[in-house]
Amino acid sequence: MAIPISYNVRNLKLRKGLTVMTALGIALTVTTAVFLMALLAGLDKAFATSGDPLNVLVMRKGSTAELSGGFDASLFPTLKTLPGIAKDNEGQPIASGEWVVVVVLPRKDGTGEVNVSVRGMMPAGLMLRKNTKLIEGRWFATGQREVVVGKSIHNRFSGANVGDTMDFAKGKWKVVGIFDAGGTSYDSELWGDVNQIAADFDRQGGYSSAYLRATDPIAADALKNRVSDDQRLKLEGKLETEYYAAQTSSGGAIKFIGTVVAIIMAIGSSFAAMNTMYAAVAYRSREIATLRIIGFSRPSILTSFVIEAVLLSLLGAIVGIILILPFNGMTTGIGNQVTFSETVFSLHLTLKVAITAVAFAVVMGLAGGFAPAWHAARQDILTSLRA
Amino acid sequence: MTLTRFVTKSAFRNRRRSILTVLSITFSLLLLTLMMTIWRAFYIDTGSAQSASRLVTRHKVSLTQLLPSFYREKIRAIPGVVAVAPNNWFGGKYKDFKPENFFAQFGTDPDELFKVFTDFKIPPDQLAAWQRDRAGVVVDSELAKKHGWKIGDHIMLEGTIYPVTLDLTIRGIFTAPEPTTSVYYNQKYVEEAVSFANGHAGTFAILADSPENVSKVATAVDDTFRNSPEPTKTESEKAFGLSFINSIGNVKAFILSICMAVVFATLLVSANTMAMSIRERTREVAVLKTLGFTRQTVLRLYLGEAVVVALTGGVLGCVFALLLITGLSHAPGMGMFFGGMKVTPPTLAVAMLVAGTVGLVSAIFPAYHAAKLDIVEGLRYLG
Repeated sequence: MAIPISYNVRNLKLRKGLTVMTALGIALTVTTAVFLMALLAGLDKAFATSGDPLNVLVMRKGSTAELSGGFDASLFPTLKTLPGIAKDNEGQPIASGEWVVVVVLPRKDGTGEVNVSVRGMMPAGLMLRKNTKLIEGRWFATGQREVVVGKSIHNRFSGANVGDTMDFAKGKWKVVGIFDAGGTSYDSELWGDVNQIAADFDRQGGYSSAYLRATDPIAADALKNRVSDDQRLKLEGKLETEYYAAQTSSGGAIKFIGTVVAIIMAIGSSFAAMNTMYAAVAYRSREIATLRIIGFSRPSILTSFVIEAVLLSLLGAIVGIILILPFNGMTTGIGNQVTFSETVFSLHLTLKVAITAVAFAVVMGLAGGFAPAWHAARQDILTSLRA
Repeated sequence: MTLTRFVTKSAFRNRRRSILTVLSITFSLLLLTLMMTIWRAFYIDTGSAQSASRLVTRHKVSLTQLLPSFYREKIRAIPGVVAVAPNNWFGGKYKDFKPENFFAQFGTDPDELFKVFTDFKIPPDQLAAWQRDRAGVVVDSELAKKHGWKIGDHIMLEGTIYPVTLDLTIRGIFTAPEPTTSVYYNQKYVEEAVSFANGHAGTFAILADSPENVSKVATAVDDTFRNSPEPTKTESEKAFGLSFINSIGNVKAFILSICMAVVFATLLVSANTMAMSIRERTREVAVLKTLGFTRQTVLRLYLGEAVVVALTGGVLGCVFALLLITGLSHAPGMGMFFGGMKVTPPTLAVAMLVAGTVGLVSAIFPAYHAAKLDIVEGLRYLG
C-alpha cells in the first residue's frame, strides 16, 4: 500500500524553515537555468520568424552572409527576368538589389559602441517586406541621404528619432521614419536607398545580395534552384527563411556557458537537497519504524521519501520560474556571427522552457532524494524504535 | 583539547552531512572561481608586455570597411612606431563550414609580421622558407596540433569574401604565448588572384616602442587620417579584442548575475546545515554553558564551525577550478576562448574570502540563537 502524498506535504510544512531554504536553493539554480533557456528561446524566435518564405535571397556562390558577398550589377537584369517572380501593380518584377554594410553606433545607455547593419535597398525592397510596418514618419526617398530605423535601433541608440541626423560613412543621414518588423532581426537594421549607401561606402557597380519575390512557395523553390544552377550567374539562391534559421548559431557561446553553469549549479543543489532529505529521514526514524510496523512495505517508504524530495524540488522550480517572470520580455542584444552586427531579441519564457525547468528540478530532486530514501527504507525497525 | 580542535572536530561530527555540505559549497565555489577567472581575463588582465605595446588600426566606420594599404607607410613614419604589418581577414572555408573547424586566416606581409608580433616564436629557417614561398602559410602550433598539420602539408581555403580558393603550403609553425587559432599567408597571393583586393588592408597591427607610448601613438595615427575619406580608429590590442567580447552581449551583467546567484545559493546551503546541526545540539549547548563556557565562546565556536566547513568547500572548489581551467585551456577547440586563462592567486584569495564570509554570515543567526539559549530550557530539549 502506498503512503498518501498528504503525509509528505504535511512533513514539508512541519519543517518550514528547512523546506523553504532548500527550495530557495533549488529555485536559484532553476532561475539561472530558466534565464539562459529563455534567452536562447528568444534568440530562436527572433531568427525563426525572420524572413518570408516567398523571398529568395541571392548571393555570390560560396558566400555565407550578405556582408561578405558582392556580385556585379550587370547580373541583376538577368535575375529580374527569371520566371516565377511576382509582379507589382505596374507589371514590374518585384526584385531588389541591396547592399548590407556595418557601421558602429554608440549605445544610448553609454555601454559602448556596437556594430549595426545598414541595408541599402531599391524601392521594391519595401514590397518584399510586407510584414514590416511604419510606426512613425515616412519611408526613405530614393536619391536622398535618408534612413528609416528599426524599432530596436530606435530604442537602443541615441540619435535614432525621427528628425535626428546620424553621422556615419561619409557624412550625415537624416532619420525620416521608424519601422516595426515584429521582433525579427530586421528590427536591428537601418534602411536606406541602395545607391546612396553604395556610393558612401565606395561600392558602386554591384550588389552584396538581391531579393526576389516569388509568386508562391513552389515558385520560390524553383527560383532558388534556377539561380543556383545557372552557370552564367555564379550565384546562389536561398530561401530567406533558411538564411535566418542558420543564424541562431550565434547563441552558441551562451548555450555552451549556460549548460556548464546549469550543470555545476545543479550538482551543488542536489547535494543540498540530499542533506535536507537525510535530515528529514534522521528526524523521523521512529516514525518510519512505526509505519513499517503498521504494515507499509519498504518500497512504499522508499517511494514516499523520493516523492517528498521531488515535491521539494517542484516547489523550488515554481519559485524559480516566478522569480524570472519580471524579466520576461526584457530585450538584449547579441553579436550575430553571420551579419557581424548586433541583433536585438527579448527574453522569451515559453511553455517548453518552463517544462524543461520543471524536469530539470525533478531530476535534481531525484538525484538528491534517492539515497536518503533508500536509507530510510533499509532502516532496522527495532533500532529505530529504540532511538 | 584546544578550542580550534573542538571546532574542527564538531564541524565534521556528522560526517555525511558535512561532506554533502562541503561538496555543495565546492561546486558553487568552482563556478565562482571560473566566472572570476573569465572576468579577470576579459577586463583586468592587460596581457604580456609585448601585447601591451601593440595597437590595431581599423576603419572608423567599422571593421568591415577596408583601409588603403598606403596608410602603412604613413603609420610607419609616426614617432614611436617600431613596426607595422597589415592583417587582411580572408574568412575562407576549410573542409566544411562547421564552426568547430573554423579558424582565422589573415593575409599579411611575411617580412614584417614577426617584427610586430615579437612574442610569436618561429624557427628562423621556417620563417625564411615562408618568406620565399608566396603561396606559403604559417600556422599556430595549437591549431596545427588540432588538425594534425605538418610542414609541407597543403591547406585549401575556399573564399567567402574573395572569389578565390587558396592552395597554401605550410612552411612554418609558430608558437604564440596564447593560442591565436590563426594562420598567416602572403597577402600578395590574394592580390594577384583578385583585382579588387589590390591596395586594401583590413587592419594594421602596430608595435609601439613602449607600452607607455601606446595611447600617444593611437592618437597620432587617428589624427593623421582624421580629415581623409578613410578615417581610422586605433586602439590597444586588448581593447580591440574586448570589442569582440562585448559583441557577444552584455557579458559583464551576465557574469555578475551568475556570481550573485552562486553566492546566495552557497549562503542558503551553509545556513541550512548550520541551523540543522545547531538545533540537534541544543542540549549540548546547555551542557557547555553549565560547564562555564560564556555566551561569546559558544557563539565563536559555532561561527568557527561554519567557517571551517565553508573554507573546506572553498579549497576543494579552487582545486577543481584550477584543474578544470587548465584542462579547458589545453582542450582542442577551446583554445580560442579559454586559451590565455589562468587562475591567479588573487582570484583564489577572493574565492576563499567569499567562502569564509559566506560561512560566517550563514551561521550568525543560528549561533546567536544558541548563545542566547536558556540552560534549563536547553537541558529539557528533546530534539
